Amino acid sequence: MAQRVSVNISRRNGAPGDAESCPGCKQLLSAAELKESLNVCPNCGHHFRLGARERVAMLADSGTWEEIAAHLRSADPLEFFDLRPYSERIEEAEYDTGLGEAMIAGTCRIHKMDTVLVVMDFSFMGGSMGSVVGEKFWRAADTAIEYRFPLVAVCASGGARMQEGILSLLQMAKTTCAVDLMSQAPVPFVSILTHPTTGGVLASFATLADVIISEPGALLSFSGPRVIEQTIKESLPDDFGLAESNLSHGQIDMIVPRNQLKDRLVQVLGMLEGGVACALEPLWEEEAGRPGRGGPLAGALGRIKALANAPWRSLKG
Amino acid sequence: MPTLPGVHLKDEIAKITHRLRELGLSRQVDRAVWDKIELARHAERPYTLDYIHHMFPGFIELAGDRCFADDAAIVGGLAAYMGRTIMVIGHQKGRDLAARTRRNFGMPRPEGYRKAQRLMLLANKFGIPVFTMIDTPGAYPGVAAEERGQAGAISATLLCMARLDVPIVAVIIGEGGSGGALALGLADRVLMLENSIYSVISPESCAAILWKDSGEAHLAAQTLKLTSSQVAELEVIDAVLPEPRGGAHRDHAGAAHIVKEALEDNLRQLEALHPQKRKQERFAKFRRMGIWRENGLTLF
Ligand SMILES: [Zn+2]
Repeated sequence: MAQRVSVNISRRNGAPGDAESCPGCKQLLSAAELKESLNVCPNCGHHFRLGARERVAMLADSGTWEEIAAHLRSADPLEFFDLRPYSERIEEAEYDTGLGEAMIAGTCRIHKMDTVLVVMDFSFMGGSMGSVVGEKFWRAADTAIEYRFPLVAVCASGGARMQEGILSLLQMAKTTCAVDLMSQAPVPFVSILTHPTTGGVLASFATLADVIISEPGALLSFSGPRVIEQTIKESLPDDFGLAESNLSHGQIDMIVPRNQLKDRLVQVLGMLEGGVACALEPLWEEEAGRPGRGGPLAGALGRIKALANAPWRSLKG
Repeated sequence: MPTLPGVHLKDEIAKITHRLRELGLSRQVDRAVWDKIELARHAERPYTLDYIHHMFPGFIELAGDRCFADDAAIVGGLAAYMGRTIMVIGHQKGRDLAARTRRNFGMPRPEGYRKAQRLMLLANKFGIPVFTMIDTPGAYPGVAAEERGQAGAISATLLCMARLDVPIVAVIIGEGGSGGALALGLADRVLMLENSIYSVISPESCAAILWKDSGEAHLAAQTLKLTSSQVAELEVIDAVLPEPRGGAHRDHAGAAHIVKEALEDNLRQLEALHPQKRKQERFAKFRRMGIWRENGLTLF
């Protein structure tokens, strides 16, 4: 079950030594340079996309990642064909990315805090959500509820996987139900929206998180900019749908640059976990001296136990 | 892998096979699918307000999301129905040009979804069952709609429906287009009229993306499996409702009668369940959605 995190995935594109021009400042950046800076331009701060495995390596404490539901694969339920069959596109995506699907899920520790982490990868068929992504999200939520770990979802998606037709649309309903189960538990759920997060993923679990964090410059919109331009027949403002615009319109909680993401994430989770701890052992019950709860000492111990997952202490250390 | 010569051959064979399928055999099937799409979008097809007119005399429309506006692309309100009160919510297209413009061709903005949420919560408070009618090309793609949180409005509506304690019945009466349609479709029972469609994307947009040519919409329509019988096979809906001879557009009253009977049937079954049990079944149903492979088995 445990899988080692590897960032040395063979890719057809982007072989080592390739230099890339930064869309933000046009500076030429070497692959090694980009890798060193978590795929952020050291010159202007432009955030390049980050693969799912690289994201896990960045967020999870070294050696703590254990993947769940890794063996799930698309079944091509519609026998979908366009210019090429869906099954062939899947094979190619697997080969190009080294991933089995557009989302990986697992448990890990983040600054010593036990967490369920799901990460989407845009390079796997545009990070589209089909049956496997929906089922992986459900199992991740199940795991979070069972172990009382918070769930963190790093999103990157063009929307629903149209090659799975109506089944992909229904993954929006499915993941929504999973979010509701987490809020009944309750376990904290934080989403991290990265460039781009659009369509069905944005219109389901991604925007249902307790706290929504975005990376700078990420495109976050339900409809794609081109679709909107075609509809309204005029060109869009430069900042259309960007994280910064979403923040000012009240759609997300905060924008956090990649190099600060892990620390900020753990602070937010810690705050929410502190609340969960109090909800499990409410102070007022202790004061009312309700029978059968083991007295004030046991109550206090319970709180401490639930708070053990809160990481702000480890941040100080 | 793609660099091996054998696989190129395989690619070619696949391409030729698909071309043959496109040209030959599939043409008739294709026509039947496209006929359904045209019926689902038929200008004379009964809309939500037509069903309300025939099914719910004394319907009281409730307006506004209490935040920003009243979106005419979604209508909702209270009605007395077979000895109980019911909350009716549905997408509304317009019949003539003025109405189409006012109703934005049935494409809701965030305030439409927020109105729907408000009405659902109101129904929940008083134990009133919720009945939704789905008929939209999709949520409106516009700058202001995005700024007001189109995605969040849809996801919040889905969550709202997941949480309702009251029974929910949804009927797809025409076009079930994408997330904008699904937003009213997280229901205990999802029914679909025979000549309606339910799809993740319109065939035109799908063709534009995958074929780079929206003229190939017929091919996209065929492979998307969006007709009522195809959707039923994928176990996404609970039942297909037959339409009057020739289609619902020929007989609004007849279509409304069929929907009314199905609604009553399903409501009775749902009302017989304990709310807790009803919600469990709702969650179990949506948990099963999807088809994937696991350990060599294909799972529903
Ligand atoms: Zn730069």
